Amino acid sequence: MTLSIFLIVSAALFCIGLLAALSRRHAIFILIGIEMMLAAANINFIAFWRFAPQPAQPTGVMVAIFSIAIAAAEAAIGLAMVIAVYRHFRTTNVDQLDQLKG
Amino acid sequence: MSSWITHNVWLIPVTPIVVTLFTLSIGKHARMTSAMFAVLGQVAALAMWILVFIPTLHSHGFRVVENFTWFTFGDQSLRIGFVLDPLAAAMMAMITLVGLCIFVFSIGYMADDKNFSRFFAYLSFFSGAMLGVVVANSLLLAFVFWELVGLASYLLIGFWIERPSAAAAAKKAFITTRIGDMGFFLGLLWLYHASGTLLFYDGGHGCLENVAMLGASATFIALLIFCGAVGKSGQFPLHVWLPDAMEGPTPVSALIHAATMVAAGVFLVARVYPIFVVGAINGVTPSLEVVVWIGVITGLMAALIAVAQSDVKRILAYSTVSQLGLMMVSLGVGGVAAGIMHLLAHGFFKALLFLGAGSVIHGLHHEQDIRKMGGLRRLLPITFATYAVGMMALSGVPFFFSGAWTKEEILHATADWPRSHVPHYLMMIGVVLTALYMTRQIIYVFFGSARANAGHAHESPSVMTIPLIVLAICSVAFGIVLTPAWPWLHEYLNGESATFDWSKLIQPMLFISLALVGAGIGIGAALYRRAGETDPLQQKLPALFRFLENKMWIDELYDRTIIAISAFSARVSDWMDRHIWDGLVRGFGVIGQLLGAFTTDTDENVINTGVDETTGGARGFGRVMSRLHSGQIQIYLGAVALGMLALLLFYAWLT
Repeated sequence: MTLSIFLIVSAALFCIGLLAALSRRHAIFILIGIEMMLAAANINFIAFWRFAPQPAQPTGVMVAIFSIAIAAAEAAIGLAMVIAVYRHFRTTNVDQLDQLKG
Repeated sequence: MSSWITHNVWLIPVTPIVVTLFTLSIGKHARMTSAMFAVLGQVAALAMWILVFIPTLHSHGFRVVENFTWFTFGDQSLRIGFVLDPLAAAMMAMITLVGLCIFVFSIGYMADDKNFSRFFAYLSFFSGAMLGVVVANSLLLAFVFWELVGLASYLLIGFWIERPSAAAAAKKAFITTRIGDMGFFLGLLWLYHASGTLLFYDGGHGCLENVAMLGASATFIALLIFCGAVGKSGQFPLHVWLPDAMEGPTPVSALIHAATMVAAGVFLVARVYPIFVVGAINGVTPSLEVVVWIGVITGLMAALIAVAQSDVKRILAYSTVSQLGLMMVSLGVGGVAAGIMHLLAHGFFKALLFLGAGSVIHGLHHEQDIRKMGGLRRLLPITFATYAVGMMALSGVPFFFSGAWTKEEILHATADWPRSHVPHYLMMIGVVLTALYMTRQIIYVFFGSARANAGHAHESPSVMTIPLIVLAICSVAFGIVLTPAWPWLHEYLNGESATFDWSKLIQPMLFISLALVGAGIGIGAALYRRAGETDPLQQKLPALFRFLENKMWIDELYDRTIIAISAFSARVSDWMDRHIWDGLVRGFGVIGQLLGAFTTDTDENVINTGVDETTGGARGFGRVMSRLHSGQIQIYLGAVALGMLALLLFYAWLT
């Protein structure tokens, strides 16, 4: 088990999340993609901590926990916005939500 | 109380003017109210005159001056003020008293007029303006009131505006006096230039108190100011408006000829007299000499014309012109007090004569031709009695009538003139002529048998006869203060005290004037005793009569010369205006139009194009940029991802 395996998994997860965020039309799925990219970042933190010179100190875990808390808050706000958008526009399809078009 | 009013003499002219504004504002239907207010205003002015008159008696040479700054320009300030001295007090007495009589008379005379209240408003205005001239302590303020007098005369002469002749007469009066006023204004400017102040009295700094510094320019200033007096007082050659002013209602004629308008000119000369006497040698200066000769010409010419007039008012009008000439002669030869005394006495009896003529005209239903009157002494007894008093006062019948004493005084003054005795003798002829034409008039109007419709005449109501009686009493009683035995008014005006001396009553001059007046009345009585529809003089000397009847052709002369020249120059100017100046203006207009077309072209094709191009470029760029801004959130996200990828690749390339 080397660091590069973790990094490959993490990069794959990030790419999947990015692809989901870019290609899905449903706002909820975009949020899910973003969560996946965040999870990939967390894996990186844990992996770098685990293979670091001094793994005894729980620095990586602490950063990951903060990151998860922030991601939870972000997800809550994102879902609330999706509900608000749906109530207003009767759709969650981001293709149709182009009111900010110049 | 009296000391307060002496410092506020401005209230006297302002009261009638306020009455005017009030009367004009309450409208034409308040007929009696407006007449009452006009009379009350005049009574108030008279009452205030009494209050200011009493203090002037206390000290000789009394003078109260109230000056204030009107406005300031640069480091100079223009100051005006009011003065109270014996001259002003004496003038105000005549103006307010005669004015009051005329106002009351007008209530009866104008009773049927549809513009009754307007008439009284104008009368008050006239009286107020004249009082303003009298109390002004600044030549500028005097000029302002002077012009207001001119305006009032215009409004009143043309009061019956629906008559073309009245409108023409008003215009003539206004324009003719304006010619003189231009001289007056130039004199005013010159005086300001020379002395730096227009105040008459200013505690030793007024223009009349330092006349010596005017030097040689004093002659010209005096003559220019005299131009104004010539216009207003109807002196030759600007006398032509005064007889035409008869087109106004008779009370207006009385006011113009007695109390207000024409008195202003004589008063002005008396007021600025110190300017006339600058550099006097033996009491003679070039400017005073001009005054004398103008007065002589006017006095004699008008007296001659009066002999051949047939309109009852025109005779009186020329008589006024003649008497004003006499006053000017008196002023010119140095008899200022005598001139003013004659002005005051003349004010009373000429107002009396005009109102008497008004009463006759009223009684005869607006018949003014004396050849159609006659025998009215039985039908209009009060008018006849008062008219006779006025006639004798004007002729100068000695002892009981004011006019006799003042004329005698003037003859005295002319006799002492060192320059020449010609004015003295010519004025004696004037006295004879005065008696002659007044006798002619009174015989035609009141004696003999009734001609035309004169048999149906009726006496005027008491509102008209009482002023006549009052004025007749004044004409007689005024003589008390004029006699040589007690020359109170003379000394009052000169700032000295009068002494009583019976022995001076009978002077040699008195016999001369008695003889002159007797000759005039005798010739008149002999000549006109049996006068019929045609004038006896006309039968004997038709050419002379025609010459005089047509006012010596002076109006025609003016028509042929000055008016013809000005009409011709007006036509020339009109032609120039239409063809030359108009063409020039049009030419400039075309240039302007061309310039306009050029700038329009530049604007549209050069400047607009530049602006259009710039804005078009900005719009195109904006369109491109806005296309990037699609609103598609995933495209933004993709851009962020691509950016991050690019950064990664850049980083990889660096390491």
